[in-house]
Amino acid sequence: MSPESALPDVVTLDRIGVWLSGRQILHDVNFSVRPGEFAGLIGSNGAGKTTILRVILGLLQPTDGQVLINGTPRPRRNRSIGYVPQKVLIDPDLPLRARDVVGLGLDGHRFGLPTPSASRRQRVNEMLEAVGAMSFADSRVGSLSGGEQQRVLIAQALIGQPELLLLDEPLANLDIASEHEIVDLLRRISTEHHVAVLLSAHDMNPLLPVMDWVVYVAAGRAASGTVDEVVRSEVLGGLYGHPITVLRVEGRILVVAGSDAEIITSAPATLERT
Amino acid sequence: MTGLVANVVFEPGFFANGPVQVALLAGGVVAVTSGVVGVFTVVRGQSFAGHAFSDMDTTGGSGAFLLGIGTLWGFLAVAVAAATAMELLGVERRRGRDVATGVVLGAALGLAALFLYWDTAVASTSGATTTVLFGSLFTIDGSTVPAILAFSVAVLAVAAVLYRPLLFTSVSADTARARGVPVRMVGAAFLVMMALAVALSAITVGAVLSTALLIGPAATALRLTKRPGTAMLAAASIGLLGVWSGILVAYDSSAWPGHHGWPVSFSVVAVIFVLYLAAELQSWARAGRAQAGHGRAATRSR
Amino acid sequence: MFSGFMINTWIVGSIAAVVAGVVGFFVVVRGSAFVAHALPQSAFTGAAAAYLIGINTLFGMGAFALASAFGIAWLGRRGRHDVVTALTLVMLLGLGEFFLSYSVEYAQAIYSLLFGEVLGVSTNEIVPTALIGAVAIVAVAVMYRPLMLSSVLSEIGEARGVRSFRMELAFLVIVALATTAAVPVVGALLMFSLMIGPPAASRCFTDNPFVAITLSVALALITVWVAIAVAYERNWPVGFLVGTIGAALYIIGRVWQAWGRSRVSHRITHQPAPA
Repeated sequence: MSPESALPDVVTLDRIGVWLSGRQILHDVNFSVRPGEFAGLIGSNGAGKTTILRVILGLLQPTDGQVLINGTPRPRRNRSIGYVPQKVLIDPDLPLRARDVVGLGLDGHRFGLPTPSASRRQRVNEMLEAVGAMSFADSRVGSLSGGEQQRVLIAQALIGQPELLLLDEPLANLDIASEHEIVDLLRRISTEHHVAVLLSAHDMNPLLPVMDWVVYVAAGRAASGTVDEVVRSEVLGGLYGHPITVLRVEGRILVVAGSDAEIITSAPATLERT
Repeated sequence: MTGLVANVVFEPGFFANGPVQVALLAGGVVAVTSGVVGVFTVVRGQSFAGHAFSDMDTTGGSGAFLLGIGTLWGFLAVAVAAATAMELLGVERRRGRDVATGVVLGAALGLAALFLYWDTAVASTSGATTTVLFGSLFTIDGSTVPAILAFSVAVLAVAAVLYRPLLFTSVSADTARARGVPVRMVGAAFLVMMALAVALSAITVGAVLSTALLIGPAATALRLTKRPGTAMLAAASIGLLGVWSGILVAYDSSAWPGHHGWPVSFSVVAVIFVLYLAAELQSWARAGRAQAGHGRAATRSR
Repeated sequence: MFSGFMINTWIVGSIAAVVAGVVGFFVVVRGSAFVAHALPQSAFTGAAAAYLIGINTLFGMGAFALASAFGIAWLGRRGRHDVVTALTLVMLLGLGEFFLSYSVEYAQAIYSLLFGEVLGVSTNEIVPTALIGAVAIVAVAVMYRPLMLSSVLSEIGEARGVRSFRMELAFLVIVALATTAAVPVVGALLMFSLMIGPPAASRCFTDNPFVAITLSVALALITVWVAIAVAYERNWPVGFLVGTIGAALYIIGRVWQAWGRSRVSHRITHQPAPA
């Protein structure tokens, strides 16, 4: 096994339950992300992915269970996790350049003014290079495209040398080419900077080539493991609480409601083609 | 027994007093109008615009003094001009909109400063400042009452017509646009409506305090109910209660020993604010009990 | 216009401009135009109360502005921010009216508190104004990084331990301090013009935050200096000039920005297609 198995898991969710407004959003969620691992948090909208991310970040206190960072209960000020939220509405009038935002990732939590040292500038430049954002480093961040802003936010999260990069639906609203770019970028960052990645998505297919680990969330419950272990009809059926069929079609995975028998009788033409 | 209570609550001569009658009528009508428009204002998050209109009425009022015309017409003129200007600046994003509103407001207030200065220096109308800024229900010119009534009815009529599109665009502008609702026009019409409502309440409690009539009852009502129609009825009632009690308190206070009488605008605003706080506390207490009932409910959510 | 008592006006006016330029940068970043409008107006009530009791108006202003800052921050936790601001503001204004109705100096006092008074600055007001202004600026310097993080990337900030509520409260207190420093000369209603016009304009000319702050201060100084000079010559209220110049700067800035943007897109659309 790799030497990393001796290190504690970067983040562990231990029997996490969350109640909000009288409804149970998460039910007995357990999983871990190991150092350097690339994990996908997969589920449809409303399944509970965002809630899980917020619990990990400490933005939401779980009703049951605990979150462990590197083996110890979550500290108040957490520096081990770099967070890239889904939608950051940046005012186009805001006089802040891309490099300023990355700088905030480095020391935005500390008091005082940013020190104009050469080493700080160099670190910021390195990060901008790493995400391919040097060409617009001095542009106003609010005028960048969605994809460009996303790269800046990734750089912002990465510069603090976190052990885990947490991304909320980074692939949403992206065209297929951009999806591939971002997934490749994240995989490269994960390998080169030795940082674990946990990102949420509702479609796992773009991630299949790079995912080491999957956490599948449905109806507030989760199952984790490799893709082959988790994405199976029986496992997912257990999560959803009703029959599920997993179809593999030309290297892609489709999760469909209904049992094998129902699907065969309702759409025979489609199945025969695969 | 009831006679005694009545005499304690209502100082003698209350109902027979001419200015009081005008105040009750004008104030009441305006309270209802403001309450209804106020619900939309709060729901649409345009409280700043509402307040900006009321401050800009200072400009209109002081300008009217200069020209020697009734303050109501000054307020109305500013209402229309300001609404148009704000719509033209028409920034979609909330933050940009607030900054733009602030700039317009600043310029308008500057103008007001100039007008008021000229009012006192040149036209030597003493007390122009206070009348325009703080108004008085008791000194409303009887001849403007029909105009006040007419405009109030007009605003309420427009509110009735725009009810559904306004709510629709407030909830989701994009969906409304997709369905063919002329979002920009509805927004502009609402600005004018709000400006008129504020102008009318500026006549009663003065420019500076008219925000209270617009926002206070509406905010209170929305703490008590989430349904817009019910909220509007509640807001109108609360506004009515506020204005009438304010009038009563102001009238009574001149008979209290040692006091020289409370300004009526202040009394109205005070009642409205107290009602708002009461609704806030009640809603706070209710939320606290609900959380306790769920045992270890999730607490700090951002 | 540079003789004797006018020196005080220039000094206090310049202090007010520098403070407004610095604090206004964050007012505009956070989109807190309404709060910047409300706090000075609550300072007005404080001054009215001070008149009534017969204590130093600066003290009354400061107390009320700070109290409003706390009130708005606390009430704003649950309620809608803009509604809370509006109601708190209007209640305080009403109180101000109430207080002033007891005093004899009614009309003139209101006027100068709200709109500013060129001749109204006494020498013993300079030091406290400078001190309060200095505290406000130092506070902005100290809070710069976490405040910026919280204003632009609030969730990321929360995850890193920078609590939004604390930043909001700190910011409001800073605005309250800036208000107290500046109201004597510029007046309550127009202090907020200084905190919005010049900073909003400065953003149109640069993408760099520090250049923006510097420019904001410069524009605010120009505004105040021109306003004082013209007010002295023509006897017009300072507030009128501040409001108008502030608006003019904003419009110039926006026009510049729009022109710059159209030039960029023009260049893009007219690029030769790649071979």
